[in-house]
Amino acid sequence: MASIILDKVGKVYAGGTRAVGDVSIDIADGEFVVLVGPSGCGKSTLLRMVAGLESISEGTVRIGDRVVNDIEPADRDIAMVFQNYALYPHMSVRQNLAYGLKNRRTPKAEIDKRVAQAAEILQIGPYLDRKPRALSGGQRQRVAMGRAIVREPAAFLFDEPLSNLDAKLRVTMRLEIKELQRRLRTTSIYVTHDQLEAMTLADRLVVLNAGRIEQIGTPLEVYRKPASTFVASFIGSPAMNLISRRAVPHLPGTDHAGTIGIRPEDLTVAPDGPLEMEVLAVEELGAQRLVHGQTGGERLTVTMPSGEALPEYLRLAYRPGSLHLFDGKGLRIA
Amino acid sequence: MKRTLFRNQLLPWLLLAPQLAITFIFFLWPAAQAVRQSFLRQDAFGINTTFVGLSNFEALWNSPEYLNSLQVTAVFAVLVTVLSMGFALLLAVAVDRMIRSTSVYTTLLVWPYAVAPAVAGILWWFIFNPTIGVMPYFLDAVGYDWNHISSKTDAMTLVVIASAWKQISYNFLFFVAGLQSVPASLREAAAIDGAGPVRRFFDITVPLLSPTTFFLLVVNIVYAMFDTFGVIDATTEGGPAQATNILVYKVYFDGFVGQNMGSSAAQSVILMLIVIALTVVQFRYVEKKVAY
Repeated sequence: MASIILDKVGKVYAGGTRAVGDVSIDIADGEFVVLVGPSGCGKSTLLRMVAGLESISEGTVRIGDRVVNDIEPADRDIAMVFQNYALYPHMSVRQNLAYGLKNRRTPKAEIDKRVAQAAEILQIGPYLDRKPRALSGGQRQRVAMGRAIVREPAAFLFDEPLSNLDAKLRVTMRLEIKELQRRLRTTSIYVTHDQLEAMTLADRLVVLNAGRIEQIGTPLEVYRKPASTFVASFIGSPAMNLISRRAVPHLPGTDHAGTIGIRPEDLTVAPDGPLEMEVLAVEELGAQRLVHGQTGGERLTVTMPSGEALPEYLRLAYRPGSLHLFDGKGLRIA
Repeated sequence: MKRTLFRNQLLPWLLLAPQLAITFIFFLWPAAQAVRQSFLRQDAFGINTTFVGLSNFEALWNSPEYLNSLQVTAVFAVLVTVLSMGFALLLAVAVDRMIRSTSVYTTLLVWPYAVAPAVAGILWWFIFNPTIGVMPYFLDAVGYDWNHISSKTDAMTLVVIASAWKQISYNFLFFVAGLQSVPASLREAAAIDGAGPVRRFFDITVPLLSPTTFFLLVVNIVYAMFDTFGVIDATTEGGPAQATNILVYKVYFDGFVGQNMGSSAAQSVILMLIVIALTVVQFRYVEKKVAY
């Protein structure tokens, strides 16, 4: 158990390319923090710096009360779950789980106890003597998590652990990870590019873009008050509508160079609404549907209950107080 | 219709013919000749040839010289295999750790493979020549009197080094490829699991390389037993006192120099059986991907 504190952390590669810059995050003991961003935003690099697999070029990383910049991965008291699971293919599940403990000269009885415990928690008891290749994707994922929990580390680091699973299994495993973390109360950093995974898992979200932090906050804070147009478009599905002020001059707002954001679910059909949308396409989702169209040359998406066929043009109103206003640089005004 | 059918049937055979001819003339026919001859005995002038059954093989079994050659071959093959594979692995690991100019080193390290065995033999023969060689000069400085013409150990050392040197390149290439197929995340996971570099190498890399290692093991044994003829012939010619007379060299020497065709043929047949056995082992286990 430990807090993790990143202070102005940066990564510059030998060629001078900057992958991460000026990242400061305070992660409390037992907190589940998710780093989310598009591919290439530096989230994995950041995680690998915490793990010690990547050197830290700027700033400091603290785990507990130690600065770990120059400490070997093995001595940082962390466990990591890799995207491809990184299970040792020539070892049985039991050996995979025990390997980290064996290297640390844990007594045999203690190893057996902890492996049994982890197997119990993750329900992998029946597979302990199998080789990883004889397991399904979900089982491998559990073993990878088991390898992390037997160590009883100060922190778990997850590097896109669910992205190799099929959609259905991903939802199940997502819940399992959440429950497991709740139960063990181990500080966790989780990297993903999937905003839904990020929203559902996180105590706090860190949205990264081009190696820098765009916003830190609880999932709801980030959803309700995105700090920039980038966050607004990245978090939430379907994505927030971002309309340039010029296209809708009659809507309230301040800056003429700015952008107005409206979530698709905040728009409703209203005969006297201030927006007129030309319907271009409809996606039926069952209970509701997504209607895609355009207004004043700007793309617009609306969520509405499924029903009869739509006319060519719709008049739309927005829920009062649901507008997000951004200035010309894409930063939030209100 | 019939014509086209006929031509279609002939064409495949025509296309196969050159390869079939080569296989038949240079492989199957001589092999059959060897088997036939291994049951025959010729007099000194090649006038009378008599069928003698298995007595050529019996003679070999009772010949201390042949048994010595078997032993020499075993020692030689083990030494060459261990030395060339060990060095190749060392070099491959070194190259694998490099970030830049990997391809330059790889290219340079592969060159010895292009050298013909006899040339490799001559090269090392010069380096180790007791009169004019560089190595004996240095060895003399540390008090070792090198002479592979009279010392059995020195002679064996020379042929082992010359043969292993040539094979390092080949092994190296396979090891480099093998190492590159070990996922980096496995080594990283092991690093987080508290395994130091040496531990990681033996716990993770070596087991994952085992298919490559096994394949090379068979290839190297075959190389040491058969392809080193040129090296031996150019350096020690099997001497001194039979110390480096490996089976394949003895076949040549007894047959073409000693003119004992029956015995030579019997030895070839035994060698042929060894190759067949090794090939079977190769196919049985390499296909199955050993170890994991």
